Amino acid sequence: MTTTALARPAGWQRLLTGSTVGPLVALLLACAFFSVRTDTFLSGGNLSLVIQQVMVVGTLAIGQTLIILTSGIDLSNGAVMAFGSIVMAKLAADGTVPPLVAIALGILFCGAFGMANGLLVTRFSLPPFIVTLGMLNVAFALTHIYSNEETVTKLPSVLTKLGDTFTLGQTDVTFGSVVTIALFLIFAYVLSQTAWGRHVHALGNSPEAARLTGVRTRGLQLSVYTVAGLVYGIAALLLVARTGVGDPQAGQTDNLDSITAVVLGGTSLFGGRGSMVGTLLGALIVGVIRNGLQLMGVKSIYQILITGILVILAVIVDQVSRRRAR
Amino acid sequence: MTPVLSARGLIKRYGHVIALDGTDFDLEAGEVLAVIGDNGAGKSTLIKALTGAIQPDSGQILVDGRRVQLRNPLDARGHGIEAVYQDLAVAPSLDIAANVFLGREVRRRGVLGHVFRMLDKPRMRADAARHMEELKIGLQSLSQPLENLSGGQRQGVAVARAAAWARHVVIMDEPTAALGVKESGQVLDLIGRVRDRGLPVVLISHNMPHVFEIANRIHIQRLGRRVAVVRPDEHTMAEVVAIMTGAMRLDEEHAVVVDASAAAAAGVGGDAKAKAPEEED
Repeated sequence: MTTTALARPAGWQRLLTGSTVGPLVALLLACAFFSVRTDTFLSGGNLSLVIQQVMVVGTLAIGQTLIILTSGIDLSNGAVMAFGSIVMAKLAADGTVPPLVAIALGILFCGAFGMANGLLVTRFSLPPFIVTLGMLNVAFALTHIYSNEETVTKLPSVLTKLGDTFTLGQTDVTFGSVVTIALFLIFAYVLSQTAWGRHVHALGNSPEAARLTGVRTRGLQLSVYTVAGLVYGIAALLLVARTGVGDPQAGQTDNLDSITAVVLGGTSLFGGRGSMVGTLLGALIVGVIRNGLQLMGVKSIYQILITGILVILAVIVDQVSRRRAR
Repeated sequence: MTPVLSARGLIKRYGHVIALDGTDFDLEAGEVLAVIGDNGAGKSTLIKALTGAIQPDSGQILVDGRRVQLRNPLDARGHGIEAVYQDLAVAPSLDIAANVFLGREVRRRGVLGHVFRMLDKPRMRADAARHMEELKIGLQSLSQPLENLSGGQRQGVAVARAAAWARHVVIMDEPTAALGVKESGQVLDLIGRVRDRGLPVVLISHNMPHVFEIANRIHIQRLGRRVAVVRPDEHTMAEVVAIMTGAMRLDEEHAVVVDASAAAAAGVGGDAKAKAPEEED
């Protein structure tokens, strides 16, 4: 018994088991389809472009994954990111503070929004859906008030540094893409290798069970929302770097896009099940499909249609597999 | 001998509902003590007070004769009291080892553990395997998520977790309530093995045959108080049920009928001396 109990699947097997198989297959199928149908899809330049296109939403989806794992949801992340990006851009462009301080302040403001969400959810036991819906409007309004509805331009080069590229082989890769991938790897590690990550899963499974086994659930939940907020702050920096301006209109559909990435990545909306690798795959699926359809000359409204259908399919798969697990 | 865990005069009110009305409790070393009572008798509230899940309004809880404050489950755990809950306080998407160590994870030594907070999964897996083996819980693989296991196996994991960490007492709230006949039998055997390893067990159960099969003593809770503590070999199941429902009362070690018709309904009291019927409240 001891040997069988200790036996465990090899690393690659574990990577493929569980919730990431489906998204990986879907991603490979999409890639195969578009590389047959278009000449340009598989080029290094195009793949680098896909990653740049999913960079911002992908980073938001990291925070979203943490929150959805606790069986919450965050509707405010796009608006919070927009606020953070305006704070950074305006402070830096006005020269109020040095650019690096402006960046830090922008990230901290996003962290504060996350913490506010977390406090409302934990201290007043409010549903995350309502709290973050309210916070979406608060952040949206503050963004427009603070920016005076104006796009902030003429940013110091420090703020757009992550939009610069370096050459890998024959391909130009942005530093921002590297930051996004690195964040995914860091949080994949945190979720699977640390006690905090385990407790996040346990909290999503059953808050009461987690509490009874000695997990400090309130503090944990608060930390999840705060960490998510800080990650949105990094997404804000990536957004500024990618667009080169501070745009108060940015990120308005990114909350739903980040949820799409999480769900397509196989993370259960009911909490407790899912992975960061899955979310990365989910974000790439959306990026690949949009990019591929664009290369094929399909109108963008059809891209949205197809993404919508994929999300519904993913939720059905989640529900069915959950029922089977019981 | 000092009881391992005891309570004196616990009172707990929820609004104007009195869940505990000055109840006492005593658990001796090396025994399985069953706690039984009708719905609303205060069993669950008593158990929650003893595991720190709620705080009584007044009264004392003593561990080894010393008064303790149990403000939350962590406090109870600090005093070596572990609980197995009716609704399986486990994380179904995590594996067995992760559940056994939930809230008590072991990190790697050195930089990996201190700086990178990395879990020592091989060690936790090996320890979990050892605990499961000690209690003879056979499982194919410890890296299975709990949701892939049967109800009895999950309960086995919950019991193993409690037994692995408890230094004083294991409290089990209806551990067989959700299980089939065969699985219930396995969990009862498991409870016996936990006791045989020297850990006293408090078993809350509705199931009289289970109680009579495994318990050394039976604490009977009624209307928020402990009305009797009996030995299963000195009383019949029908008598115990009658005491629990108030049809009989324990009077100097003898069960006497207080409500003849109720006692008759419970299947006892035909030949016992009928006392004057008391007012039922």
